[in-house]
Amino acid sequence: MQPFVRLDAIALPMAASNVNTDQIIPARFLRKQRADGFAQYLFHDLRFDEADKEIAGFALNQGPYRGAGIIVARKNFGCGSSREMAVWAIADYGIRAVIAPSFGDIFFNNCVRNGVLCVVLPEAAVEGMLVLLDAQPGATLSVDLERQVVHAGSAEDYAFDVDPFNRKCLLQGLDSVDYTLQFTDRIAEYEAREVP
Amino acid sequence: MVSETLARTLFEKIWSAHEVVRDDTGQSLLYIDRNLIHEGSRNPFQVLAAKNLPVRRPDRTFATPDHYTPTSGRTLDDVDGPERRDMVTSLTNNTRREGITMFGMDDPRHGITHVVGPEQGLSLPGMTIVCGDSHTSTHGALGALAFGVGASDVALALATQTVWQRMPRTLRVSINGALGPGVAAKDVALALIAQIGAAGATGHVIEYTGTTIAGMSMEGRLTLCNLSIEAGARAGIIAPDETTFAYVAGRPFAPRGEEWTRRLAEWRGLFSDPGARFDAEVSLDAAAIVPMVTWGNSVEDALPITGRVPDPAGDVGAAGAERRAVIASTLDYMGLRPGELLADVAIDYAFIGSCTNGRIEDLRAAAAVAKGRHVAPAVRALVVPGSGLVKSAAEAEGLDRVFLDAGFEWREAACSMCLATNGDTVPPGARCASTSNRNFVGRQGPESRTHLMSPAMAAAAAIAGRLTDVREFI
Repeated sequence: MQPFVRLDAIALPMAASNVNTDQIIPARFLRKQRADGFAQYLFHDLRFDEADKEIAGFALNQGPYRGAGIIVARKNFGCGSSREMAVWAIADYGIRAVIAPSFGDIFFNNCVRNGVLCVVLPEAAVEGMLVLLDAQPGATLSVDLERQVVHAGSAEDYAFDVDPFNRKCLLQGLDSVDYTLQFTDRIAEYEAREVP
Repeated sequence: MVSETLARTLFEKIWSAHEVVRDDTGQSLLYIDRNLIHEGSRNPFQVLAAKNLPVRRPDRTFATPDHYTPTSGRTLDDVDGPERRDMVTSLTNNTRREGITMFGMDDPRHGITHVVGPEQGLSLPGMTIVCGDSHTSTHGALGALAFGVGASDVALALATQTVWQRMPRTLRVSINGALGPGVAAKDVALALIAQIGAAGATGHVIEYTGTTIAGMSMEGRLTLCNLSIEAGARAGIIAPDETTFAYVAGRPFAPRGEEWTRRLAEWRGLFSDPGARFDAEVSLDAAAIVPMVTWGNSVEDALPITGRVPDPAGDVGAAGAERRAVIASTLDYMGLRPGELLADVAIDYAFIGSCTNGRIEDLRAAAAVAKGRHVAPAVRALVVPGSGLVKSAAEAEGLDRVFLDAGFEWREAACSMCLATNGDTVPPGARCASTSNRNFVGRQGPESRTHLMSPAMAAAAAIAGRLTDVREFI
């Protein structure tokens, strides 16, 4: 997995709460193969019409936001289904960080497993960023996991908390299966003790 | 008397009994007693294959295809198209190669994972259970710690029988009193989520307690725990009691004989100690809950059926401009007029089924309303049992005849129109009275309009041709 240390990228503002994983990737694309890539399905029904033409009103289709590497959204981003394809779509598009006041739990964990950082910031900070990104379309944000700060233009830096386990996984780009196999002996001991 | 410092919640007891490692960052490696898998495991098996790893405990892993299986028949030929067929055959091939028990389409035990697990006695009190599906919270009704995970954690659980988790916080939801006529577990869940919001339990495990829960059937508890995820909870759990033990006893994979006696004694210790501390508390008065429907695209958008569609120009409390804009765009998507009576909203489809409401008691409640009546002329109504065994039990009671005589379709078990991945979809612009779990934009098909409600309410809506108060039918 690609480590996440620091990211400077265009940020896409999504001034909505409860953006769910069905919106991030509709269920009819879940049967696609991982190896074929998921970028084209990201926000599919917000991004494309029935004829697969881009919907001009959706920010990701607008010049300044194309190629965004960060999403800034309101609370409970990624709620709903456990589909990891939502994170694959985000990551395959090239987005490596999402900033919001809160996240769906399963989505949050899925992000860590795919090298995508979810930054939790207070609502006031997120609202400030949304105003900034609206006023300056295509503005870049800087997300620094090592220092645990988001830098947003001339505004103050926003410090954020991160779970130390997730920080380690992201900074080192740990593969969760490979990492956990180091604990095989402990798992075997547990099984010998607790599990028939 | 247990001292306060030693008093533990039910959740903490299960968690600590499954902690294999707590690392230097405070993260826990939890042992998983049961992996439940469906077609969504195709990618996790590819991950294992790429690493040349076997499934660690095929004996603790059980499979049933549900998301892509048809409701029109039970053979591979009935599966809609080659992509979906590949999802189903991949599960067959992967489980066969790894020696994992699968309840395939040709097996009478086949059905929706979250219906099959409890039904087969695979989900037991005190267990940890994971599945690549958010509604894994369902199994908490048995007194298990059960939660949904993504594909990476399914792969991890298959390879190591563990997942990494940080200990969540706890929320106790106390529900007391008697539910009124026509009020079901679904209404309790919708009332709770309307109260605390779609993110009201984020980061928490909910324990449901109170006299209402004590008097609730296993089916009702499964519905309630199923919907915990719609409040953002990691899991929902109910302390096992005599209702639980009676439900589990004699199920095919449940312990028997001396093993049963030993396990039962353990299970009787699975409750939150008096004085155990919860991080948050919420209480509901059961008698105040009436039949609910959702009007919007988040499960928190639930109202009593006696209510009216919200008006973006009306009182939105402290929520302000953002909420007004959300209501306006939601009403546009849902094709609803501000202030119209919910009971005036005409429907095109009714769907009775899913892991939320596809069990025998759900079908009985719907059939009681359907009996001797007929589906409205413009409505297409589907009944999709949650498993092959639910279907045959319903047929043994004659419920299939009740539904068919009333103009409902009687179909094979699958997830079906809940998330529309098997080809059963609500057409664009059509409105569905649905017993499923999500009313998200496009959930039942592109541009579909979903109203969530209980099975009895969905049956009443199918018959009236509009959202309707089931209490007028009983």
